[in-house]
Amino acid sequence: MEKKIRVLVAKPGLDGHDRGAKVVARALRDAGMEVIYSGLHQTAEQIVRTAIQEDVDVIGLSLLSGAHMTLFLDVIKLLKKHKMNNVIVVGGGIIPEEDVPRLKKEGVAEIFGPGTPTDEIVDFIKKNVKQ
Amino acid sequence: MTNNFVNGVLKGDPLSIARVITMIENNHEKAIPIIKTLHRHTGKAHIIGITGVMGSGKSSLIYELAKKYREKNKKIGIIAIDPTSPFSGGALLGDRIRMMNLADDENVFIRSMGTRGMLGGLTSAVYDTINILDAAGKDIIMVETVGVGQAEVDIVKIADTTLVVLVPGLGDSIQTIKAGIMEIGDIFVVNKADRPGVEQTIAELKTMLDLTRIVTERETPIITTIARERKGIDELINEIEKHKKYLKKNNMFEEKRRKRYETELVEIIKRKLTSLIFDETNLKEKIQSLTDQILKKEIDPHTAAEEILTRVIK
Repeated sequence: MEKKIRVLVAKPGLDGHDRGAKVVARALRDAGMEVIYSGLHQTAEQIVRTAIQEDVDVIGLSLLSGAHMTLFLDVIKLLKKHKMNNVIVVGGGIIPEEDVPRLKKEGVAEIFGPGTPTDEIVDFIKKNVKQ
Repeated sequence: MTNNFVNGVLKGDPLSIARVITMIENNHEKAIPIIKTLHRHTGKAHIIGITGVMGSGKSSLIYELAKKYREKNKKIGIIAIDPTSPFSGGALLGDRIRMMNLADDENVFIRSMGTRGMLGGLTSAVYDTINILDAAGKDIIMVETVGVGQAEVDIVKIADTTLVVLVPGLGDSIQTIKAGIMEIGDIFVVNKADRPGVEQTIAELKTMLDLTRIVTERETPIITTIARERKGIDELINEIEKHKKYLKKNNMFEEKRRKRYETELVEIIKRKLTSLIFDETNLKEKIQSLTDQILKKEIDPHTAAEEILTRVIK
């Protein structure tokens, strides 16, 4: 059996800055993963529904608008509601230091800020996906 | 476990559908009994293949078709295939970008898939994925192939109705794709018809179809669309329905299905045979040592292959 890691890269809410999400998507692809990029302006419901249909192991959320406390946590809540407990959620974008502990406490596995080497994200995902 | 998944799929539960597809993609042995049980629940869906050159707007077209079919209360399954990198094994599956708002509708199930080494514009998991969506009660299943050149024509073996999507202004594009792809379209779509050169594209297409057409009573329709402005979608759906009726009237529907099952059967045999040979322990070492011998001209590749095969198949 050959298991392939599947990742959904999504941009929640009203934020059109997708360069970072695209760079990460490419890096994950080059690391041998299947990356579903779902485009801009997604609601938490759309993201979770997509994650279910695509049966992903990881959701990568990118947000630069400041609404991460609401939108990231909405995604986490919906995942719990659908009993998708084995899906890892990671975040990136502009996330202030002081918000990180709360996000992690609520279930975001890791936050990768600007300047993170993509290898670091690849390694984290490979290490943390439950096989 | 098998029963839970079977019941889940038959009820149309998205999580069950998704999990079984993943098992199939990963060649998980537990998927096989599930698929076996589902078979007798399949056969109701209309399978539409959508193929065409890169950037012709296949995803946007599927999005508009899906929305229209939803207005008619049809349940939709969409399989969107993108190429897997032969080097990294990874894939960027981006067809959902054009179908974004369908994620609001629980009666639309979209699955993005990488080709995972399969040529022909499809993935080997596509047969079972179609069967899963069919058993889950989807009325319409649309399969989007990777952007095609000449050889990616396998879609015709699995779809009831095949759409070939072209765009104007590619110059001699029709010339370049005439060999395979011009022979598989049940309906031709010239999308992005607000671009210059539509008339010329249609004229070229007509000439080409006249040259390749096998004499039948049915003339292959050419539909012009502008997917992003929702133009031509009604006409296209109309032609798809007409094609389905045509197939049914001439007993060709059954025939198409038969062909698909035959292809599927052969594919499964091929896959099993390949894994039978390559899962054999020590084969890697054997291949390496034989390759060394080939390099030193101690043996030729054909004899080496025969040696391996006689070892495995007794």
